[in-house]
Amino acid sequence: MAEERKIVIPGETIVSGSNYLPSDGTYRDGDDVVAKIYGIVSVLENQVKVIPLSGTYFARRGNTIIGTIVDITMNGWLIDFGGPNRAFLSLNEVPRYINKNELRDFLDYGDSIIAKVWDTKGRSIDVSIKMRGFGKVEGGMFMDVNPNKVPRIIGKEGSMVRLIRDSTGCNITVGQNGRIWLKGSDIDNEIKVRKIINYIVDNSVSVGLTEKTEEFIKNLGFTVNKTNLEQPVEEVTGESISSDEDN
Amino acid sequence: MVAEKDSLYKERFDGRQFKELRPIKTAVGIVPSADGSAMFETGGTRAIAVVRGPRTLHPQHMQDSQTGILRVTYGMMPFSVWDRIRPGPNRRSEELSKVCEWALGSIVDLAAFPNSVVDVFIQIPQADAGTRVAGLNAAAMALADAGVPMKEMISAIAVGKCDKTLIVDMDKSEEDFHEGEGPTDIPVAVTSRNKNIALLQLDGKISVDELSEVIGMAKVACGEVLKVQMKTLKERTGELQDG
Repeated sequence: MAEERKIVIPGETIVSGSNYLPSDGTYRDGDDVVAKIYGIVSVLENQVKVIPLSGTYFARRGNTIIGTIVDITMNGWLIDFGGPNRAFLSLNEVPRYINKNELRDFLDYGDSIIAKVWDTKGRSIDVSIKMRGFGKVEGGMFMDVNPNKVPRIIGKEGSMVRLIRDSTGCNITVGQNGRIWLKGSDIDNEIKVRKIINYIVDNSVSVGLTEKTEEFIKNLGFTVNKTNLEQPVEEVTGESISSDEDN
Repeated sequence: MVAEKDSLYKERFDGRQFKELRPIKTAVGIVPSADGSAMFETGGTRAIAVVRGPRTLHPQHMQDSQTGILRVTYGMMPFSVWDRIRPGPNRRSEELSKVCEWALGSIVDLAAFPNSVVDVFIQIPQADAGTRVAGLNAAAMALADAGVPMKEMISAIAVGKCDKTLIVDMDKSEEDFHEGEGPTDIPVAVTSRNKNIALLQLDGKISVDELSEVIGMAKVACGEVLKVQMKTLKERTGELQDG
């Protein structure tokens, strides 16, 4: 919804009327729909929600996350992804059979993985790396951003991340938990891409972000390549794009 | 309120009206590495609040599998008063941590973060009475800034009585007014939406009728504080939009 951006603080009435449905970041109090978190109001049809400006990452089914192995249990791995709790990767959710005694050979402490959240209902957040494009990552560079800015980095249907990738030739995987993995031709390339992403995060609420970013990319000495814009992205980045886009 | 004719405190030391607040200054996001932070200053009192979390709670036996918990730590800095405050926890700071925790605990909703903790650190770099209420005001803004789900905001003010005169937002010189009935200090915290009282303490002596008048005055004053808190939070994002 592109109308004026209204900022609410907790306890503030957003709309009144029994036909509105309170969604994320809101609750109903009598006739009013009230903000529960500090953020920007979004009213779609009659569904009211508040898009947070800050706060820790909240895992959802279908999200792509990038995390680190912090513990190994009898039947899987515990992954720290920056949220309040850890995620669990079960032995059943890896692409091949692994002997229970050889867990460390497959994924060891400190290894970073790209994983998909497939269940958040149970006691823990369960992730999987069975699909193509998920699993252990090696080389490249990691960076952490505010998870609430991830939709801006991905852009509409992945346009922003595609723009950066096609202009710089650097592979980018954006985890919805705010961790980003960059793998370019060399370290200079990756540092430049990190600059671009930080620029997007710093300017995330400004209008005409795509144009500004294109300008920024040009200033870094890249040529903006738009030829592939029509093609859908088919790698891992594609996964992170399809789910949960806020705008 | 007009000072009662026989009260010994007829005019405020700093020339304020009896219901007038000290000048307020606020800021949000003063500690970039934290999840949320805020500063609240009234006159000579300044409080900063920093929020970390939600994050996994250790020791594990304190974890609640149904909901996250809130933990508040209040402390005055050694240099916050003219002589020195011994650093570290003491009887007073432990009590204030506890009452601030109860007040803020009534508004936060941490059901979405089982086994987690939200830590709120309130520090007082400069004290001139009313530090717990300034701390609560800062903490409420810092919690909002951290994106912690809350049912409503909280605003707090200390209402006092010097001899027989009721005054809003008393400062240290008024707290030390020992003529007649002496000083009475009543910190009150009011929630923004339902106007519930989240904190009410009394240090001194007061009649029942006067106390209900005090609460009425506190609610009006908290409304003014809330306006400042809301303005600060809303303008913070405005700044971001320009940049």
